Amino acid sequence: MTLSAFNPVAGVLLIPIVAAALLALLPGYRLTARLNVVASLLTFLSAGALLLIPRAAPGPYVLVDDLNIVFIVLNSFVGFTTSVFSASYIAHELETGRLTPAYLRFYHAMYQIMMFGMNLAFMSNNIGLMWVAVELATLSTVLMVGIYRTEAALEAAWKYFILGSVGIAFALFGTILVYMAALPVMGEGPDAMVWTLLMQHAARFDPALLNVAFVFLLLGYGTKVGLAPLHAWLPDAHAEGPTPISAVLSGLLLNVALYALLRFKMMLTINPEAIEPGSLMVIMGLASLLFAAFMLYRRRDIKRLFAYSSIEHMGIIVFAFGMGGPLANFAGLLHMVMHSLTKSAIFFAVGHIAQVKGTQSIARIRGLTETHPALGWGLVVGVVAIAGLPPLGIFMSEFLLVSSTFARQPWLALALVFGLLVAFGALTLRLTGVAFGEPRGSRAPVEASYVPMFAHLALVLIAGVYLPTPIVLWFQHVAKLLG
Amino acid sequence: MHNLNFDISHSLAGGLVLISFMMLYQDRLYSLLNVFALHALTLSLAVAWQAYIQNAPHLYVTAAIALVFKAIIIPVALHRIIKQLGIHRDIETAVGIGPTMLAGMGLVALSLALMLRVTAEADALAREDLAFALSVVLLGLLVMVTRRNAVSQVVGFMALENGLVLAATGAKGMPLVVEISVAFSILIAFIVIGIFLFRIRERFDSVDVGALDDSRGERR
Repeated sequence: MTLSAFNPVAGVLLIPIVAAALLALLPGYRLTARLNVVASLLTFLSAGALLLIPRAAPGPYVLVDDLNIVFIVLNSFVGFTTSVFSASYIAHELETGRLTPAYLRFYHAMYQIMMFGMNLAFMSNNIGLMWVAVELATLSTVLMVGIYRTEAALEAAWKYFILGSVGIAFALFGTILVYMAALPVMGEGPDAMVWTLLMQHAARFDPALLNVAFVFLLLGYGTKVGLAPLHAWLPDAHAEGPTPISAVLSGLLLNVALYALLRFKMMLTINPEAIEPGSLMVIMGLASLLFAAFMLYRRRDIKRLFAYSSIEHMGIIVFAFGMGGPLANFAGLLHMVMHSLTKSAIFFAVGHIAQVKGTQSIARIRGLTETHPALGWGLVVGVVAIAGLPPLGIFMSEFLLVSSTFARQPWLALALVFGLLVAFGALTLRLTGVAFGEPRGSRAPVEASYVPMFAHLALVLIAGVYLPTPIVLWFQHVAKLLG
Repeated sequence: MHNLNFDISHSLAGGLVLISFMMLYQDRLYSLLNVFALHALTLSLAVAWQAYIQNAPHLYVTAAIALVFKAIIIPVALHRIIKQLGIHRDIETAVGIGPTMLAGMGLVALSLALMLRVTAEADALAREDLAFALSVVLLGLLVMVTRRNAVSQVVGFMALENGLVLAATGAKGMPLVVEISVAFSILIAFIVIGIFLFRIRERFDSVDVGALDDSRGERR
């Protein structure tokens, strides 16, 4: 295949599917783990090629535009680094007998199906297809969350499945309502589901129907984003599944659902008579932030702690997009990217920590910086980043958000800052002992691949110190698109 | 002729809501499954009728899927699972029958009030369909919420999806993509459920979701 004939859009979608089929058939965990890494790398390279090659005009099903390309590249990058982490993590799980080779084959195939689902959700130009893709990604993660077959893992997977399905059902109902709203203007047929066409005519849609549709979409996709009070599945699913899955759940799947919500928000923004979707999002975002911040104090399980931290950050991001306007949208986008990178890095660290210490209980992990310096300091840097301290990337996005909110809605900004401080306090309180203090537990060296973790942290640090001008311009452009 | 068309689809959709109500008060798993099969049968009739009056042949496929898959295969399979697990006797309800029925009526009133108001401009057929569909969705949700048993939660979920199919067929000319995907999702969902039921059974000797709560990590 010559380079000119190479189609990156097809690459991003086809590589995971072909890889999933291969991984389902091939035996041998070393081979499959490596194949998983190679396939993820190829997907990432194709996604990178999307940036270079001139884009085709949006088709009825597939769309690559300035908005989603950021997410596709981020998604396949984190998918790739997680597959590297997963290879070293899974080898250990096999040794300790928590997983058997048969389950591993299943796990790797599901991993690629999940990547396919997420990439398809980002790329789909058809709101029905987008719904299918989100559902596919969700179901594959449900199966992976339950893979350990312990009582807790089964409960987590069951809860995730039930809540996720109800959420996705509401999202479908919302999608149908959008179609109904578009029907009188656009006529019957598939055109009334194509997002780019919908956007051209959205100003003339029936506003009442759009309003109701958005409420359903917010509840439906919001369940997947993990917004309070629909978040109940999230801590369990993160805590009980394999850690690589926690990393992609927090870092990627929440983004996918949020992205779907953003697309519909843009549609409502265009319609002059529809409700202003921002205020709903601001309320839910703020509620999630405050709720999660207080819940952080009582956590005893380290993966659960970071799961609540994900709810908190999703709250911040939804708040930012709810505020709207170029600056808040910019902050929201930046925060989304930074949160994905940081949270997956933290889960990489936590995965190795839990393996080497043989526990996820915060009280039983002590003095990591002494026993395992690389892991311990990696976790410290990650926590500093996620708590929003300078000079790392999340500080910058939170600072932008707080300052732009202060300029427009000082009272909301106070609530936002309060939530951020509460969460910061909780993280410091819970995790100082884990990182410092009298060492406790096993000192055995961990055979981990530190590359993914430090690569993510380095990117977050670089973004915090210096964000290259092309990226800034790009984000500004996308922020403007978001309205 | 138009009135007859309208009346028939109206009564089929209304029948679906009525059968959803019947689900609310079943206290045996087998009878719950039988009512669900009736639900799916009514759905397939409603969809087939829509296919006829909208002159949309692809909807016949959806009707066939609903008939074969949801009215026959899934109920039969669930019957077998229940038999194997030996849990056919009763359903533990979390809420009494009376309050559940009242809540159901409230939900139907809510969805009628909401959907009829916002779809004032759509044609009458689609309006009624959407209002009934939302009722079926919410009643399915209510079944899920008020039952503690995993199998009946699954039945509630499938009833909820029937409501979605009704909504999708009521929306004129909606592309096939969605219907296939709905059927497909049920298929996958069922596989998932099948796997999980057996796993839950292995672990707990019961499919009472309450048993799962006890094992929750942080409540110890």
